[in-house]
Amino acid sequence: MSATTGLRDGAWSRRVARMALVLAAVAFLVLFLVLPLCAVFAEALRKGLHAYLAAIDQSDAFAAIRLTLLVAAIAVPMNIVFGVAAAWAVARFEFPGKALLGALIDLPFSVSPVIAGLVYVLLFGAQGWFGPWLEAHGVRLIFAVPGLVLATMFVTLPFVARELIPLMQAQGSEEEEAARVLGANGWQMFFRVTLPKIRWALLYGVLLCNARAMGEFGAVSVVSGHIRGLTTTMPLEIEMRYNEYDYVGAFAVASLLALLALLTLAAKSALEWRYGDELAAHAPGGH
Amino acid sequence: MTLELSHLTRRFAGYTALDDVSLQIAPGEFLALLGPSGSGKTTLLRILAGLDHPDAGGALLDGRDFLATPTRQRRVGLVFQHYALFRHLTVAENVAFGLRVRPRRSRPTRADIAARVESLLQRVRLEGLGSRYPAQLSGGQRQRVALARALAVEPDLLLLDEPFGALDAQVRVSLRRWLRELHEELGLTTVFVTHDQEEALELADRIAVMDRGRIEQIGTPGAVYQNPATPFVCEFIGKVNRIPLARGPRGLAAAGWTPGDDPWRGEPAQAVAYVRPEHLALDASATRNGWAAQLRHVYLAGSVAHLALDVPALEQHLEADIASEDLARLGLRPGATLDVVPRRAVIFPSVATGHVAGAERWVWERRQATPA
Repeated sequence: MSATTGLRDGAWSRRVARMALVLAAVAFLVLFLVLPLCAVFAEALRKGLHAYLAAIDQSDAFAAIRLTLLVAAIAVPMNIVFGVAAAWAVARFEFPGKALLGALIDLPFSVSPVIAGLVYVLLFGAQGWFGPWLEAHGVRLIFAVPGLVLATMFVTLPFVARELIPLMQAQGSEEEEAARVLGANGWQMFFRVTLPKIRWALLYGVLLCNARAMGEFGAVSVVSGHIRGLTTTMPLEIEMRYNEYDYVGAFAVASLLALLALLTLAAKSALEWRYGDELAAHAPGGH
Repeated sequence: MTLELSHLTRRFAGYTALDDVSLQIAPGEFLALLGPSGSGKTTLLRILAGLDHPDAGGALLDGRDFLATPTRQRRVGLVFQHYALFRHLTVAENVAFGLRVRPRRSRPTRADIAARVESLLQRVRLEGLGSRYPAQLSGGQRQRVALARALAVEPDLLLLDEPFGALDAQVRVSLRRWLRELHEELGLTTVFVTHDQEEALELADRIAVMDRGRIEQIGTPGAVYQNPATPFVCEFIGKVNRIPLARGPRGLAAAGWTPGDDPWRGEPAQAVAYVRPEHLALDASATRNGWAAQLRHVYLAGSVAHLALDVPALEQHLEADIASEDLARLGLRPGATLDVVPRRAVIFPSVATGHVAGAERWVWERRQATPA
C-alpha cells in the first residue's frame, strides 16, 4: 500500500514542483520585464495620443533618433569585422599572446562604461594627450559624433567575438580545409563555408551588439557633451527630458527606444521561424 | 605521374611528427600508410594535400616541385576521417563544390555540373539522395559523398585519411572491397592512411609501415607480412610470438631449441625470434627438437583454430594457428600435451637490456637457414 501511495505522492509532488517553478519564472518575468515595459508606454500615453505625438514630433527627438541609428550603423558593422577576425584568430591559430587577446576582448565587460568614456576624454579631449595634436589637424572626437561612435564601439566590442569563439572552436576547421583542397580561394572559403557555419551565432551577436549600441548610456554620456540636436543619442535625450521634468517627453522617446528593441527581437524570431527547419537539420553535428 | 618524396621532416612543439621520410609513389598505385597513432602518417597525408608544410625535405611530381604548388592548384582529392562535409549544403551541392568555386573561364556550365554530379552520385551508389543534407545520411553514405566530392575535381592524386575509421565493422568490410574495385576501375593514384593492418594488407598494392615519424618498411603486403624488416613491423602487423634466445654452447637457443648456425658468428649474446602462429609446428606424439607444451584453450574461428599453449620450458604462452580440420585429425583437446617447434622465424639480435637493436635480421626456415 505504502509503495503505490509513495509513487503517487512522488508524481504529485513533481507536478507541484513543476507548477511552482513555472509560476515563479512567469511572475518574475511579469514583474521585472513586462510590467516596466507596459509602464513605459502607459506613462508616455498618460496625457493622450496627441501629447505623445507632440513630444516626438520635435527636431531634437528626430536628431536623437537619427544619431542613435547612425552610431549603431557604424559601430555594429565595425564590430562584425572585428568580432569575426578576432574569433577566427583565437579559434584557429596558436600564437603568443592568445590568452591576452582573449582577456582583452572581455575587458569592456569588466570595465565600467563611465571609465571607458573618461579614458577617451583623457586621451582625445581638448586637454587630453592627443587632443592638441588632433585639434591642430582639425579633428574633433570628444563632444562630437566620432567620440560617440568610439565609445559605443568600445562598449560593444566583445559581443560578436564572444558569441563566435566557442562555436568556432567547437566546429574546428576541417570543412575550411576541405574547401581549400577542393580549390576554393580565401574569400570563397569564408563566404561559402565559414559564414554559413557561423551565421546564427553571428546574427545573435549582431542583435545583442545592436541592442547595446542603441541603448548605451554611460560611456556615451561622458564623451557626448550633451549638445541638443547634435551629440544627443536617444538614451541621453531621455535622461535630459526626464531631468527637465518633461515626463511625457522622456517616456515617449523611451517608448521609441523600446520599440526599436522589440523590433530587433521580432526580426530575430522571424528569421528563426523562417529558417527553423534548416537550423534543426544542421544542429546535430552534421558531419 | 610519379610522386617522389625525399627527406621530409616535420617538427611540432615537443616532438617530431615526420623524421626524414623518403618515399616514391608510382602512377596508379594504391599505397597504404600504416602505423599506430602518432606515427606521422596523417601529417604526411596533410603535407601531400597542402594543408601542412614540412620543415625540411622536398616532393617532386614528375620532376616539378610539388610543395611549391598552392593547395588549391594541386589537383588532389582528400577524404577526411570525419568526412568534413559542408553541413549547410545538400549532397549534390557538396559534390558540386569543387566545380563551382573554379574561376569562370574553367568552370563547367550549370548543366555540365549537374550532369557530372549525377554521374558521380551514381558511381558511389547514392542516386536519388542528392537533395538530402549530410545530417540525414548514415556514416557509410556520408563517406561516399565525401569520396564523390573529392573525385568531382578529377584529381591526379586521391588521399584518404582513415577512410573506414568511423564506420561499424560490417559496413567497413563491404566498403573496403568496393573501394578496391573503384580504384581498379579509375586507376587513380591513391594514398590512404590507416592504423588497421588488416585493412592495409587487404587493400593496398604497397604498404609503408610507419612508427614515430619514420618509415620502418615499404613493401607489398606479402613482403611486409612474411619478411618484416624490423621488430616493430613484426609486432605491429599480424599476430606474432616473441621468443627470446640466448647464446649457449650450441649457438643461439631457447630452452633446448636452436635455429642452428646464426649469421652473426657469435656476436650478439642474445636475440629475439618472432614466430607467426601459423609457423609453429605441432606434434601430438613424437618428441623432436621442440618444446613440451600444454594446450590451454582452443579458439575456433571458422576455418582456422587458434590454440593457446603453455610452454613451461620458456615460461611463456605461445599462440599457434592450425586448420580446423587438422585440429580434429590430431584429436587435440584442452589439457593435451604436445610438442611444438617453429618452422619459420624472423630473428633479430638484441642488446643486453633486452631491447631489440633491429639492425639486421635473419629469416630462418626449418631445414635450410637463409640469411637475409
